[in-house]
Amino acid sequence: VSTPNVIMPFGNTHNKLKMNYSAEQEYPDLSQHNNHMAKVLTPEMYANLRDKETSSGFTLDDVIQTGVDNPGHPFIMTVGCVAGDEETYEVFKDLLDPVIEDRHGGYKPSDKHKTDLNPDNLQGGDDLDPNYVLSSRVRTGRSIRGFCLPPHCSRGERRAIENLSIESLDALDGDLKGKYYALKNMTEEEQQQLIDDHFLFDKPVSPLLLASGMARDWPDGRGIWHNDNKTFLVWVNEEDHLRVISMQKGGNMREVFNRFCTGLTKIESLFKERGHEFMWNEHLGYVLTCPSNLGTGLRAGVHVKLPNLSKHEKFGEILKRLRLQKRGTGGVDTAAVGGVFDISNADRLGFSEVELVQMVVDGVNLLVDMEKRLEAGESIDDMMPEQK
Amino acid sequence: MENIGPFHAKALILKPELAVLSHLCASTLTPVKSSSLLSVPSEAPSSRIPACLFVPPSPETEEITIRVCERLFLSDSRHGQQLLQSPVLQTKRRDPVVSGGLGHGRITVPPGTCERRSPGAQEVPGQSKLVGTFHSRCPITRRSQAQLPVAEYPDLRKHNNCMASHLTPAIYAKLCDKATPNGYTLDEAIQTGVDNPGHPFIKTVGMVAGDEESYEVFSDLLNPVIKERHNGYDPETMKHPTDLDASKVQSGQFDERYVLSSRVRTGRSIRGLSLPPACTRAERREVERVVVDALAGLKDDLAGKYYSLTQMTEKEQQQLIDDHFLFDKPVSPLLTCAGMARDWPDARGIWHNNEKTFLVWVNEEDHTRVISMEKGGNMKRVFERFCRGLKEVERLIQERGWEFMWNEKLGYILTCPSNLGTGLRAGVHVKLPLMSKDPRFSKILSNLRLQKRGTGGVDTAAVGGVFDISNLDRLGQSEVQLVQTVIDGVNYLIECEKRLEKGQDIKVPPPLKQFK
Repeated sequence: VSTPNVIMPFGNTHNKLKMNYSAEQEYPDLSQHNNHMAKVLTPEMYANLRDKETSSGFTLDDVIQTGVDNPGHPFIMTVGCVAGDEETYEVFKDLLDPVIEDRHGGYKPSDKHKTDLNPDNLQGGDDLDPNYVLSSRVRTGRSIRGFCLPPHCSRGERRAIENLSIESLDALDGDLKGKYYALKNMTEEEQQQLIDDHFLFDKPVSPLLLASGMARDWPDGRGIWHNDNKTFLVWVNEEDHLRVISMQKGGNMREVFNRFCTGLTKIESLFKERGHEFMWNEHLGYVLTCPSNLGTGLRAGVHVKLPNLSKHEKFGEILKRLRLQKRGTGGVDTAAVGGVFDISNADRLGFSEVELVQMVVDGVNLLVDMEKRLEAGESIDDMMPEQK
Repeated sequence: MENIGPFHAKALILKPELAVLSHLCASTLTPVKSSSLLSVPSEAPSSRIPACLFVPPSPETEEITIRVCERLFLSDSRHGQQLLQSPVLQTKRRDPVVSGGLGHGRITVPPGTCERRSPGAQEVPGQSKLVGTFHSRCPITRRSQAQLPVAEYPDLRKHNNCMASHLTPAIYAKLCDKATPNGYTLDEAIQTGVDNPGHPFIKTVGMVAGDEESYEVFSDLLNPVIKERHNGYDPETMKHPTDLDASKVQSGQFDERYVLSSRVRTGRSIRGLSLPPACTRAERREVERVVVDALAGLKDDLAGKYYSLTQMTEKEQQQLIDDHFLFDKPVSPLLTCAGMARDWPDARGIWHNNEKTFLVWVNEEDHTRVISMEKGGNMKRVFERFCRGLKEVERLIQERGWEFMWNEKLGYILTCPSNLGTGLRAGVHVKLPLMSKDPRFSKILSNLRLQKRGTGGVDTAAVGGVFDISNLDRLGQSEVQLVQTVIDGVNYLIECEKRLEKGQDIKVPPPLKQFK
């Protein structure tokens, strides 16, 4: 039995095996599927792309496996594909460009994305009414250039990412000074504290994530870093290399965004000192695992009490025009409790960070004003916003 | 200094006997004087564990020094700590990659510590010796502690499965860059065991085979795993007997006041196609085509019909559920982490004969699972139909140029090493309310080489004193021998139950010899 020495993580012998079968024999059955990948991946496209691979050996079938295994939901359109490394977006652009265009409101392959992490460019945002806005939060993700992404990275890469992150985060000071908790080493006490703070993340259970291989080797190389004030939080090796979160109680989104930008910029320079940069390019902005998070990867949101407005028949339409989305306070796929909603920006790509946070600030201010009107028994018909 | 780009452990390829344990982690030591590396206490593991350390660029020379060690240093590893030196030999250039740059370095050996020299190497006292160069995409970083995390070797400290018990760093180093001709690798084979540490009471296997060749290419790991799981069966020295002659079985009719149903199951794999953890969609569809084609040729009491999971009607689905025939997408992480549920439900299905006594599952955990069953206690007839059906299916696929995966060391090849040999589980649902309360029950079962499960299958509890009793063993004894073991054992249990009913005492039988 011959045993070719392979270059790891995995040689591409397995993909070559598939070439023994015709494209038609290998093409997945997508007849029950409703996700972006299934809408775009024709048999011809499959035939053209299936013998390609990135330098780390990521193949078309690796990109689409999660979308094949999870047909989707009749009402929610999932993406159905992931990137295994930065090159994926290049090598498989025939598939990913139309997926990106569909998912990100018509964003074209020739479009350029602006990055703006200067918090001074934000207008207002420090006075969202705390009687309604219970908490404010901004999150994004970052990938470290040169490493494979969570669906594809080897244990060694994941550990290297963790080590790099620990070193860099350790160098933060001032109100950003904090501590790292590795998932596999934390004490019972530390774990309980992180749960109570709502910081702890668990092994993914969503089949969307599991099918793409992101949970391999759990909890090796995973951890949580947060500052002593518990207002700045970094997740290491969960769905992306890094997820960066700034948050606090109340409605001072400006302060949250300020800390977010300062922290991110500092982290970026600390990584650069160590010879690493973040994955970024001027077309796709910050590159992350899921195509839905390209661009800014930014979700800025508030927990806000809107018991009257949420029952209004035009609530959905208002949100749509403001380019906002609602979720339950447990996060995506949860229901609102007690009229409290998680309201955040719907877009990720094609708008800068400042622009997106501005939309949230302005939009939430309007929603709160509407809520107050409805409380007073007045109409909001004259307040309907234009489509942004 | 060249731009040191991203790291790829296996970019550094040394001679096979000193294959890098992917110790080439981006986390490195602060510049360390060679002498301090030597002052670490040593144990003496018998296995040779090659490894390699990085030392980050020194400020003066900006050269990366790599020490190649013959024994691995794992500060936390239960395999001990030891550091010796040996020269490293040749390196291979890896093709340049798009993102990041190529790193380079020199491979040196600290002075006075060489145990072996490469030809022509000159040792200068007090100086590190250059023995080679390498190329990698390694980002060099500094760490405050002189700790050496192992880059690729999995962290198995909390694990309790057969794979974790036997996957030493040495074996990992030897096998990590090997692949079967189909491209299946060690990391893929062990992924399920890494992801599922196991249960403190149940020891799972912790690895799977992606194809027939896995059992050969990864035999350094699979053989000890097989030996542990199958009670000392040694694939290197022993042969597995296959015997599907049902006529040899004796007294195969149980007392039906106690035995409610009888069942025999096994699995079969189609040679030349990859197994469920690794198969492509086309291969899986080919398995379905080959098997369904063959089953269509069955006649008389074996004639039946195939129900594809993707195409069955609501009515058919409900009927299969009512008959307890329908299998669902696996939810056990033991299976999903091995990749067996990919592309569900594509090319999966259920075939059964019109009498509902012979059933074949297609592309679930194995290429095929074959089940013969009926109500009542006629195990002999169940086994007879089992053998007849299996032989007939084998004949039909052979007519079309296919065969089952089988060899004389491991018997029938299946996905999970626990199912090698016969892959056979012969069992009954039997009422043993008094026996089950007797404190000697477990010991009696164990001596009879039997196991108990609840009537819902593995991991369920018994209901109303009714147990699923079946053979423990799979490999090292033939089908006939195992079924006879079940027949003799269940008869004994029924005798015990009857004696307890009469208030008489029972005896614990002497333990059966395992490999006959």
